[in-house]
Amino acid sequence: MVGAAAKKPLPEESAANAAARGASKIRVERVSHGYDAPDGRLEVLENVDLDVAPGEFVALLGPSGCGKSTLLRLVAGLESPSAGTISQDGAPIIRPDPSRIVVFQDPTLFPWRTVWDNVALGLQAQGILKQEKGRVDAALRKVGLEGFTKAYPHQLSGGMAQRVALARALVNNPKLLILDEPLGKLDSLTRLEMQGELVSLWQKNGFSVLLVTHDVEEALFLAQRVVIFSPRPAKIITEIVIDRPYPRHRDDPVLTGLRHEVLNQLGLGKSW
Amino acid sequence: MSASATLERLPTGEPPLEPPDISILNPPGALQASKIPIAAYAANNPWKKNFRFYWFGLLAIAAWGLLGAITLAWPNQPAGFEDWAYTAEFGIAALVVAALWLFFTISASVRNGFLQRASNLFRHSAPWIVVSALLLTLWEILTAKTGVLPPPFFAPPSSLIDVYLSDYARLADSAYNSIKLLLEGVAWGAAVGFTIGVSIGWSRTVNYWVHPLLRFLGPLPPTALLPIAFYFFPSSHAASVFLIALATGFPVAILSWSGVAGVNKAYYDVARTMGASEWFLIFRVAIPAALPQVFVGLFMGFGASFVVLIVAEMMGVKSGLGWYLTWAQGYAAYVNMYGGLIVMTILFSSLISLLFTVRDRVLVWQKGIVKW
Repeated sequence: MVGAAAKKPLPEESAANAAARGASKIRVERVSHGYDAPDGRLEVLENVDLDVAPGEFVALLGPSGCGKSTLLRLVAGLESPSAGTISQDGAPIIRPDPSRIVVFQDPTLFPWRTVWDNVALGLQAQGILKQEKGRVDAALRKVGLEGFTKAYPHQLSGGMAQRVALARALVNNPKLLILDEPLGKLDSLTRLEMQGELVSLWQKNGFSVLLVTHDVEEALFLAQRVVIFSPRPAKIITEIVIDRPYPRHRDDPVLTGLRHEVLNQLGLGKSW
Repeated sequence: MSASATLERLPTGEPPLEPPDISILNPPGALQASKIPIAAYAANNPWKKNFRFYWFGLLAIAAWGLLGAITLAWPNQPAGFEDWAYTAEFGIAALVVAALWLFFTISASVRNGFLQRASNLFRHSAPWIVVSALLLTLWEILTAKTGVLPPPFFAPPSSLIDVYLSDYARLADSAYNSIKLLLEGVAWGAAVGFTIGVSIGWSRTVNYWVHPLLRFLGPLPPTALLPIAFYFFPSSHAASVFLIALATGFPVAILSWSGVAGVNKAYYDVARTMGASEWFLIFRVAIPAALPQVFVGLFMGFGASFVVLIVAEMMGVKSGLGWYLTWAQGYAAYVNMYGGLIVMTILFSSLISLLFTVRDRVLVWQKGIVKW
């Protein structure tokens, strides 16, 4: 069917090429993390080892509340792990940095800022907005919102708001884009459309991507590698490499087969 | 237009509470289409299409004419002393106002005529114009014409003219002193209250030390401290500034605090991953996010400051509108007191209106904001 036609060699670049274009290599080594809750300690992550090659698109899948989002916060540098190390291109991650930008499930746009000012946030925080104004307009063009610079967030639809959040991330020229269920709250049509846009943004910009999602199809459609986590405390159960060319097709029988395998790993195989 | 095409292609993720405001996206030319046929028709039959008499305007004219006629034609009840001053002038002024309404009734009857905005305002206010004339007529009848409400405690509206013409210097001076004292106190109170509120919201240490004090001392009415304050401070002015600042500062501090404490934590995460400093987090994230609450605090603070201002002026300060009221009472000059009260009302309500105007400017980004 369609799958046969799509079986072309991978159009991806080599890892070295991606690093040259500004993508980070992330290494998570034996990381455990937990919180002190009122009724004892709550272990969230257990001995997680994970590498992201420069320019690689990795998706993390797992049951709800298993601790994937916590792992993202650790990689972003918003929190420090209880045990283990996380490094970016060999240097340990100890604090947030504009080279690793998070896009959350909620757009979390600042309601008091216009679209343009929201996108300008990172440059302003780094004190380089005056010299680099053009990057804001460029980022808005990338997500197709150059006509909405003066709108306020409450005037935007959910999909548009999430695009602004993407532009706000891209303006920083991140080497790693951390996506925490970025499409989770969108309606299904907008979601499909933005999945395609995410792929093309990734291909054009060449950054590494770490994506958390609950949506198996989304993970298979977007990522080169899917990492599957157990329920809390999260451990890595298995990894599945998706060796399919982009742009992918949702009917691709290989993806459908992988979907069964992933659901099996998540303990949902019988329901299919 | 590619922009609006994008908008239509994207259904909203969650159903919005209100229809999304896309007026900014509509080209202004959209409205002009409907004007063309009217203009073409009006060219054939200009008089009929452009003139439609505004009947309700007649009521406004009649009400003000009635006020003028009654004031002029009905002799004043003898009040035991010389007659109320400026009765004739008041009646004539009412008739002049009635003539003004005639003018506006005509201008409001002409479509796309002259003074379009003023005419629209007239149409909007016409019911109030009628009612206010009727109330003034009733007031004039109950006081000057029949004496049902007797002097010296009651006086006709015309007598206020007397107050403003004979005592304007003292009233203006009082109003000026009140405003000066009030703004000095409010400025201190707002600045200190805001700083304290933001600090409590931001820093655990400040919270630990200041919060109990605020909780313990805050609910104390500043007017209760008046006697002590007059004793401790070098001047009654300084004492009043302190008390007004206290009255303003408490609600501003509490609401600034709650504003900063209630900021969505994800905003900080977003700013931090983009390299924001602590300074940036406070001044570019926490404070802008807290501003809606801060304005509620300012509104409450203003209200509390008015109370303290007037009480302080009545008790110790030798100037201002509060002082004017007690002064007028001392001379049994009740008409002057009404005059002072009216000045006070206008002043305070203007201050609150100004605050809301500033707020609407600063918080344009909010939707569903209450209009003052």
